[in-house]
Amino acid sequence: MQTTSQNFKANSIKALADPNLQQALGKMKVGFVEKRAKARDALPEFDALRDQARDIKNHTLANIDYYLETYEAAVQKSGGVVHWARNAAEARQVVLDICAQEKAKSVTKGKSMVSEEIALNEALEAAGYEVVETDLGEYIIQIRGESPSHIIAPAVHVLKEQVADDFRRKHLHLDPKRSLVERKDLISEARGVLRQKYLDSDVGITGANFLIAETGTSVIVTNEGNGDLTQTLPRVHIVIASLEKIVPTLDDASAILRVLARSATGQEFSSYTTFSTGSKRDADPDGPEAYHVILLDNGRTDMLGTEFEDMLRCIRCGACMNHCPVYGSVGGHAYGWVYPGPMGAVLTPSFIGVADGGHLPNASTFCGRCQDVCPMRIPLPKMMRAYRRKEYEAGLAPPAMRFGMDIWGFVAKRPGLYRLATRLAMGVLGWRGRRQGRFKSLPLASGWTDHRDMAAPSGKTFQDLWDQRHGARTTKDLEREAAQ
Amino acid sequence: MVDTQAPEKLADKPPVTVGLFVTCLVDLFRPRIGFAAVELLERAGCRVAVPKAQTCCGQPAYNSGDNAHARAVAATLLDAFDGFDYVVAPSGSCAGMIRDHIPELFADDPVLADRAVALGRKTYELTSFLVDVMGMPTAIARYQGTVTYHDSCSGLRELGVKDQPRRLLKGVDGLTLTELPSAEICCGFGGTFCVKYPEISNKMVSEKTAAIADTGADTLLAGDLGCLLNMAGKMSRESRPIRAFHVAEILAGMGDGPAIGEAGEDLSAFTDGQKG
Amino acid sequence: MSPPSSRDEILGKIRAARGRSGPVTGAERERLEARLKSRPRGIIPQKARNTGAALVQDFITRARAVEATVQDISSLSEVPDAVAQYLADHNLPAAVKMAPHADLAQIDWSQRPTLTLSEGRSFGQDKVSLTRAFAGIAETGTLMLLAGPDAPTTLNFLPEHHIVILKRSEIVGAYEDAWDAVRDRLGPDGLLTRVVNMITGPSRTGDIEQTIELGAHGPLGLHILVLAD
Repeated sequence: MQTTSQNFKANSIKALADPNLQQALGKMKVGFVEKRAKARDALPEFDALRDQARDIKNHTLANIDYYLETYEAAVQKSGGVVHWARNAAEARQVVLDICAQEKAKSVTKGKSMVSEEIALNEALEAAGYEVVETDLGEYIIQIRGESPSHIIAPAVHVLKEQVADDFRRKHLHLDPKRSLVERKDLISEARGVLRQKYLDSDVGITGANFLIAETGTSVIVTNEGNGDLTQTLPRVHIVIASLEKIVPTLDDASAILRVLARSATGQEFSSYTTFSTGSKRDADPDGPEAYHVILLDNGRTDMLGTEFEDMLRCIRCGACMNHCPVYGSVGGHAYGWVYPGPMGAVLTPSFIGVADGGHLPNASTFCGRCQDVCPMRIPLPKMMRAYRRKEYEAGLAPPAMRFGMDIWGFVAKRPGLYRLATRLAMGVLGWRGRRQGRFKSLPLASGWTDHRDMAAPSGKTFQDLWDQRHGARTTKDLEREAAQ
Repeated sequence: MVDTQAPEKLADKPPVTVGLFVTCLVDLFRPRIGFAAVELLERAGCRVAVPKAQTCCGQPAYNSGDNAHARAVAATLLDAFDGFDYVVAPSGSCAGMIRDHIPELFADDPVLADRAVALGRKTYELTSFLVDVMGMPTAIARYQGTVTYHDSCSGLRELGVKDQPRRLLKGVDGLTLTELPSAEICCGFGGTFCVKYPEISNKMVSEKTAAIADTGADTLLAGDLGCLLNMAGKMSRESRPIRAFHVAEILAGMGDGPAIGEAGEDLSAFTDGQKG
Repeated sequence: MSPPSSRDEILGKIRAARGRSGPVTGAERERLEARLKSRPRGIIPQKARNTGAALVQDFITRARAVEATVQDISSLSEVPDAVAQYLADHNLPAAVKMAPHADLAQIDWSQRPTLTLSEGRSFGQDKVSLTRAFAGIAETGTLMLLAGPDAPTTLNFLPEHHIVILKRSEIVGAYEDAWDAVRDRLGPDGLLTRVVNMITGPSRTGDIEQTIELGAHGPLGLHILVLAD
């Protein structure tokens, strides 16, 4: 996928000026947040379950080689094949090889962010396969030629009316006079169009929400049922999963599932939670003949043992972006790569490097709401701050900011000099602003005054006034005062 | 935590000493908040000193990834606040920095790590100190108006400051509090964020001021001057007739002075009646 | 198909990060193996802990809360009427694709001669399916269905309406309780059935403007017949 994370600033300005996007984001911000709050309030054990989910995943990550090997053996026992892929290119090649070997013509896909991460659709199309996204949101953005703007609601940026236009443009075999006013019309049309695609497809590709070491099982969590059709009807089922999806047991997966849907959509449980183990058994009336799992690293193992390891607990619920005021202002595309919002602000520099992804961890007020709602208790602001540090240490921070920090640091660590400098500066500013009490514009502060007024300082610092008042400065002064 | 239901307990204890961390924004822009804090702390029975050798908590550098400068600036605080029972700041953001982040900055420093942890442990945001530590049941003051309250992010999420200012405001005669539905959503200030990403910050603060106006309140209160400068500056640009104060000003009975961004500050009021 | 070195390199990087030169060994490995075998249960929410009639009622209430419809029946002989009524209520053709399940084979459909019944998997032409659940999970009104010779997965997803028979005695409290029941039934190979479906209400999507609509790709109707036993 083409990365535009370097242009986050320009992307965000464009996003802020897009009225359709702003209208769509306005709808999103309320819905997800209220529904999650309701689901949380309805489950008294919710916060304890979050702690438990964190602990399960930490235990797993501490022994992830053991659990991956256990998982691999269990998959093999069930008749499945496990492929290990160090990076995106290797994962793509495994998929292409399987498709070639199976003489496939068409591929259907369930929703998978990992497949976005490895740019799978582009590779399959370049090799001549027909690729159809079956999740409604993914289907909408596929026909629009876009990438997902949200990890669980990929078309969250698109309005109903835009979907209707896209369907008219794309579904030319249908009656041009048909009504596409209601959401139901659109959903029923997509259902009809996609139904044949599932039946015609040779290979079905899904992601995985969990991999279970105990049983060699992959799990998908969906609401539409598209993932199930994708993995049931074609001859071949390929699961693409990043390796941190592993958990030890069915019980562990169940424990984490309790916080997943509630955090994501505010549902207590998604409509379909499907546990798949191997290929069709001899007596089974349906199911794929072949079952492959691709275990993708693509930068994950580099995060182990670092200050970014906590990020590997992420279960991709999207709560952080649903609650992020920056995401809510600019939407997901502004982030410029696969993963948007706070989790993307950590994953993007982790996977594509801080030189290209460095804007994203900077574009946060550190309001902390993401960490507050994260079901896996991932300290997102802390990790964004760590990336700012890495950026600074690598000399990638903007020169003007570095220069500013150098001056500020030089003065602020010298209280005497600081007093003198601030006395002079505040004196001048206070004198200039004393009539209005505020400035409409200020040189060097246009970032502020382009959008809002700046209150004028009072003219004297607290410290100078405190001196004038002969206020206490030390504990000794206080003892003296008390003795008087 | 002291039992907040029993303020009479205060009399049994020797007066505690508080080093006021004024915060750079209050020091430079709005000293009256510092005096309001002193007034409230003294009313709660504290003895308050303001160490001279304080500048900033180091947050601008820390949040920009410049840990070297952040450490250098933060180190000045370790000396400045030695010996006080408590350190109190009229800001959740600066108190959060001292309490949670300065210890992290010095975690690997063989000499300063313990001192940074000790400083963090005794540092509080003003309203939570008054309620949680000093057991102040409420504040006695007068302010005629309908106010709404914005919970600044650091105070709310790092320090759990939510009920304390509201509890104190209950004692303010003439004041009606009408809650802001989006009180817990960031105003878009974010320190250097507001000048690094001014357009996004503007979008956030515009939504915030619209929500404030929707409450019908005539006054906005908050516990952090950074957020207040941002929101008050936006409301002023939008010509909204809503005044903004730091909550300490109202609690200390200083709501008759100029609001943030208004002219007419009389600094002599703070130096009259000198102590000494 | 991937180079064998990929596996070794990934595992090697993990071990390096964990300060090990090889796999977990010794007492530590025994601890991990024991955890896998004992499958420690975590917190089971209070809402999943009812028993008896209250447990059944929890299941029904919560299934209805996610837009499933639920009907009590006292014996299998009531199934034909219940199915016919459902078809009539939803203006559906009188044809049902049934799972080839022993319990369903016992049903006497003779009073409903106009109903066309067929058995087996679906290829997408069927409007209505009738299947047999393995368990009901009261915690969230969730059905658990195990794929197998008598339970084609396609019946759960392709038809527009899915009718499921669940015995009262098959209703459990928590997901973990259902897994224990599954493990009790594992074959000699110890494998899970190819698919275990947890189904909570009919298919839905919120992908257009975050407003939930039913019947996205899977069934738009899920009807549960709770059978007394």
